[in-house]
Amino acid sequence: MKLAYWMYAGPAHIGTLRIASSFKNVHAIMHAPLGDDYFNVMRSMLERERNFTPVTASVVDRNVLARGSQNKVVDNITRKDQEESPDLIVLTPTCTSSILQEDLQNFVDQAQMEAKGDVLLADVNHYRVNELQAGDRTLQQIVQFYIEKARKQGDLATEKTERPSVNIIGISTLSFHNNHDHRELVKLMGDLGIEVNAVIPDGASVHELKNLPRAWFNLVPYRELGGMTADYLHTEFDMPSVRITPMGIVDTARCIRAIQVVLNGQGAAVDYEPFIDEQTRFVSQAAWFSRSIDCQNLTGKRAVVFGDNTHAAAMTRILAKEMGIKVVLAGTYCKYDADWFREQVSDYCDEVLISDDNAAIATAIARLEPAAIFGTQMERHVGKRLDIPCGVIAAPIHIQNFPVGYTPFVGYEGANQIVDLVYNSFTLGMEDHLLEIFGGHDTKEAITREITTDSDLNWSKDGLTELNKIPGFVRGKVKRNVEKFARDRQITTITAEVLYAAKEAVGA
Amino acid sequence: MTLADTQPQALSFDCETGNYHTFCPISCVAWLYQKIEDSFFLVIGTKTCGYFLQNAMGVMIFAEPRYAMAELEEGDISAQLNDYEELKRLCEQIKRDRNPSVIVFIGTCTTEIIKMDLEGLAPKLEGEIGIPIVVARANGLDYAFTQGEDTVLAAMAQRCPNKAPATASEQEERNGLQKLLNFGRKQEEVAAADSEYVDHPPLVLFGSLPDPVVTQLTLELKRQGIKVSGWLPAKRYTELPVLEEGSYVCGVNPFLSRTATTLMRRRKCKLIGAPFPIGPDGTRAWVEKICSVFGIEPKGLDEREAQIWQNLEDYVQLIRGKSVFFMGDNLLEISLARFLIRCGMTVPEIGIPYMDKRYQAAELALLERTCHEMNVTLPRIVEKPDNYNQLQRINDLQPDLVITGMAHANPLEARGISTKWSVEFTFAQIHGFANARDILELVTRPLRRNSALKDLGWEKLVKEEAQV
Repeated sequence: MKLAYWMYAGPAHIGTLRIASSFKNVHAIMHAPLGDDYFNVMRSMLERERNFTPVTASVVDRNVLARGSQNKVVDNITRKDQEESPDLIVLTPTCTSSILQEDLQNFVDQAQMEAKGDVLLADVNHYRVNELQAGDRTLQQIVQFYIEKARKQGDLATEKTERPSVNIIGISTLSFHNNHDHRELVKLMGDLGIEVNAVIPDGASVHELKNLPRAWFNLVPYRELGGMTADYLHTEFDMPSVRITPMGIVDTARCIRAIQVVLNGQGAAVDYEPFIDEQTRFVSQAAWFSRSIDCQNLTGKRAVVFGDNTHAAAMTRILAKEMGIKVVLAGTYCKYDADWFREQVSDYCDEVLISDDNAAIATAIARLEPAAIFGTQMERHVGKRLDIPCGVIAAPIHIQNFPVGYTPFVGYEGANQIVDLVYNSFTLGMEDHLLEIFGGHDTKEAITREITTDSDLNWSKDGLTELNKIPGFVRGKVKRNVEKFARDRQITTITAEVLYAAKEAVGA
Repeated sequence: MTLADTQPQALSFDCETGNYHTFCPISCVAWLYQKIEDSFFLVIGTKTCGYFLQNAMGVMIFAEPRYAMAELEEGDISAQLNDYEELKRLCEQIKRDRNPSVIVFIGTCTTEIIKMDLEGLAPKLEGEIGIPIVVARANGLDYAFTQGEDTVLAAMAQRCPNKAPATASEQEERNGLQKLLNFGRKQEEVAAADSEYVDHPPLVLFGSLPDPVVTQLTLELKRQGIKVSGWLPAKRYTELPVLEEGSYVCGVNPFLSRTATTLMRRRKCKLIGAPFPIGPDGTRAWVEKICSVFGIEPKGLDEREAQIWQNLEDYVQLIRGKSVFFMGDNLLEISLARFLIRCGMTVPEIGIPYMDKRYQAAELALLERTCHEMNVTLPRIVEKPDNYNQLQRINDLQPDLVITGMAHANPLEARGISTKWSVEFTFAQIHGFANARDILELVTRPLRRNSALKDLGWEKLVKEEAQV
């Protein structure tokens, strides 16, 4: 048992459902108790989805438990098959129903005899993998299912397209800015003269999957989703893949160069250097920003980065390499893929943290007192408490991560957006600072702006008076240091004397 | 919608036993941890449960650290780890970090399936850590959404003391509610105030309501000379009401049938079966019923109800003659439908996850009477509805408003159907005379919004003909 207040990645079935509901005309049946079908709420509310989420819960209740769920599940599959004629129905249990250890494959086989569409059991272990791993696995499973089906029917398309072409693998619903990344990547491929053979799973039809082998290569922009599918296509068809996240100016160029190598290796003769140069120096604003006077103020500022592998690694590299910001800590909650992360970031940060415990990262932030945080919604919350600005760069997904305007994170436009995010995160801090220096409008404000819910310390009247005399822009920091000093020494009431003792002792 | 020519004589009940969406009953921690200020709620379940609280309810982040997940891992499921030792470790940590007055174990579907004996573990654990542990099985196998509160209150009902504390200091500690009502008054004045009450057996109200509403309803009864001796739950666990044998109890929420049964059977209390105090009509009926049990002639209720209706008139004008369809979510459906019919709306269908006809008998009778008095067709009540079938019916009926769970709201709006989330009625203050306006504020908001947008001509925002 684990005491948990917060989860960075969801349960396995969420990953499966994200893949299933990303495809066009695919329906998922959840074999689950009442209330486990909140995926529908997330999809409909967070993503403001107009269509009914193609997920139906086949409700497990006491009666179903007593009688066995086979009939109910099979009925629900065949019923959905008739109602909406989906191309594919994916059956998934949840953490709860997977304990029942029923032969769900048998349910699927039975339903398949009646259903006109295809029926597939999502094969994931609900206690060993999380949402991200399960999504990766389900996508691979669906691709394999349709490749094998086409092979059996003899209509597998393996002949390469005439012109260079790509499969973009790993764009999914309920992912961080994926809808905008989708558009940006398609545009980037267009600029490079590469045909987009398929984008999966978002908006794709399962009937297209038999054409995947036609592409010259696979592009896997995210570390978390698509890797297994690319591996499978490599094993089956020897398809090369490019797995560099095109995030930031430097890595976008690195990704494009890798694509160039892959294409030229297959007989093309492309030279993307002029394109990269043109984009970097004259089209994109991000490279210019790094050189502009504004960005000088960011030099040497300290930042903490935390998120999923893809975004945390990319952000760390962007901050360190492209903006001259000092990343004091880079962290990921993708514990299952920690080695990759370490290798990606260790040259660009002081410290690496691999943890899915929100308290560990919150403690690290409090200890390091960075000028800004780039993290998830959780770190934004931590930042609010500590009065440190936070730019959100990664899932868990939140309604704020579905802005209506165009905000990709990848490609050259993505680089611009990231610059804005970084700049705005820091400047807000800078504005506060200036306001304080010039006697801003909130000099009389209460000093306890942070919510120290767990604070067991009292400030005496004279202690508070002294604290109030300290300039506002460092007051929060002084307060935290003094409280730490007091706590270490078991002092419960902070008087002016304690404050000055702390100042002497720790330079607060 | 046209009214049917032949009006059915009695309410009709169907049970579709369909696939329907509602929130998991563990949601109750979201409001109960706020209500019971010295509590700690520990939800013993899987990642699926935790992610629900965090993402769909969106409350976990604010709750820290007064509720948490005991996340079951593979070792727990396969019984390689000892449940008792694991829970003890977690409880000790909670005690160290938070030192609550009570820890509430919320059992889930998973603890049911692996047959974790929480009720068996709790007494020993309680003794060892020195904090009371209340066990509630708020699982989705047996319950829906708001019924989670029912499981917690039913468990707490067993912990209520059965006689008033002897010493004055204990009394002091327990009397939070009276203190609140007598705020700032001297002792003699309080004694004098007691004489404002009629002499009647003790009355305890059950159901979790925000504190201002508790005060409002308590005062409402005080106007009739009725003294509320306590509420279940109270603001603090240490202030649980005294339940003597023969005490009267009355519920304020329609989803508390299990609590009602526990109070009657285990605590030998007498249940006052009244309609629920939702809407001016329901509040009046609720007060009247309690008065009648104590043989009190209610005073001034006519004027009070009439005045509230008068204040509501601007809102009522917006909905009179319009139709509302309840897909069914939080078990407040019957009470809300009854109030909206009284406002002049028509209700073709009331979906509801679970219908206890005995506990809701008075409410159902009032619904029936209201329909006759307002001369509208009786609604069809559908227990455990099938959402897919309901969407077909909505498509056919084209109601003016659909009150629905969150999963269907945006898609219905995109198809030109006005919706209101049922969840909002769970969290808003809707009980009592004064709060009737808040109900109508919620009900009319989509209608007001959509009438503001009407002239734009963007009714349907999906390409295909409403595909459900």
